[in-house]
Amino acid sequence: MAYNLKENLMQGDRLSGGHRFCAGCGSPIAIRTVLRALNPEDQAVICSATGCAEVSTFIYPYTAWKDSFIHNAFENAGATMSGVETAYRALKKRGKIDETYKFIAFGGDGGTYDIGFQSLSGAMERGHDMVYVCYDNEAYMNTGIQRSSSTPMFADTTTTPQGKVVPGKQQNKKDLTKIMVAHGIPYVAQSTFISNFKDLSEKAHKAIYTPGAAFLNVMAPCPRGWRYPSEKMMEVTKAAVETCVWPLYEVIEGKYTINYRPKEKKPVEEYLKMQGRFAHMFKPGNEWMIETVQKHIDAKWEDLQNLAEIK
Amino acid sequence: MSKYEKNTAPDVKWQDITLAADVFEGGTSAAIETGDWRTIKPVIDWDKCKQCLLCAPACPDMSIPVMADGKRGDFDYFFCKGCGICANACPFGAITMVK
Repeated sequence: MAYNLKENLMQGDRLSGGHRFCAGCGSPIAIRTVLRALNPEDQAVICSATGCAEVSTFIYPYTAWKDSFIHNAFENAGATMSGVETAYRALKKRGKIDETYKFIAFGGDGGTYDIGFQSLSGAMERGHDMVYVCYDNEAYMNTGIQRSSSTPMFADTTTTPQGKVVPGKQQNKKDLTKIMVAHGIPYVAQSTFISNFKDLSEKAHKAIYTPGAAFLNVMAPCPRGWRYPSEKMMEVTKAAVETCVWPLYEVIEGKYTINYRPKEKKPVEEYLKMQGRFAHMFKPGNEWMIETVQKHIDAKWEDLQNLAEIK
Repeated sequence: MSKYEKNTAPDVKWQDITLAADVFEGGTSAAIETGDWRTIKPVIDWDKCKQCLLCAPACPDMSIPVMADGKRGDFDYFFCKGCGICANACPFGAITMVK
């Protein structure tokens, strides 16, 4: 079915207002878009690794989720969901459940790239019929902007403060999307918020309705941690895509497809200059940092284009 | 108030809350007003609005309702935290942030 923004919005949201995410947070936008990709007649079971999403949406005795939601610890969102999915399959086989249920796990980058990585890897390897959605805000934002393995190089965080000696985080961002591709699962995609949300919405629909395990990596900017004014959200994600810092691509059964190629690849400064966490890179004498990042992004983009050409 | 809602005052005994702190309904956070976080609020100019709906999916607080006729309604100020994403996402400048 072709994507239609109006119809997509008319079916209503499965996340309720009154949640306590910060003003201008990217993760509720990612969550509500993913949940709208469910067919309205289907039920969902959702769990979330500890992080902003869990503490903001589920403060007893209130829940922002209109579907079933399970609390679990930081490291086992993948394991929780695979257990629920297995129980569902067993009950379905015995004819005890008639409705169709879909299984979605949400995790921030801390709960996905680092702490929940082992249970995510296990769930993907066992091939449960579930989707793991990572809303990637590139640090441990819930506890106060500590670096994670998803934090990009030179970003200023509270555990990698930039100064005279250390230029912010000294390592590159882990490429989790490609690690998930290496698990050989049927569907892996990387997306973010662009114009009418067609890209994210279609990928979420494919991920949910592809039989077997699927992984979705969604860049969800954090105005507090990235230090940009909250109203600039859509500009930041657009710059990330136009500079190829966050390319939009999907991998179906190991076959790479780039969903959006910028007409003119913008220099990486366009993305970096919007954010306070990279402000030190624009100080005199620090030009080498921007060059290093540009070189890294170019190499990654080249690599991705080569992968997409393999038939 | 929901029939499942329990007393959650700081001095409540554990016997008086739901077993394992379960919540038996969905979407109950709709009772919580987050609009009082707001310092600036979005105002729409209906003459400039072309109903492209690009603002609606970008709202983190589900504060831009899309009605059954496919048109956007006025802001839900009960939830709107005044982040200003909608004002920047609007290609026609129909949304302005006011004090």
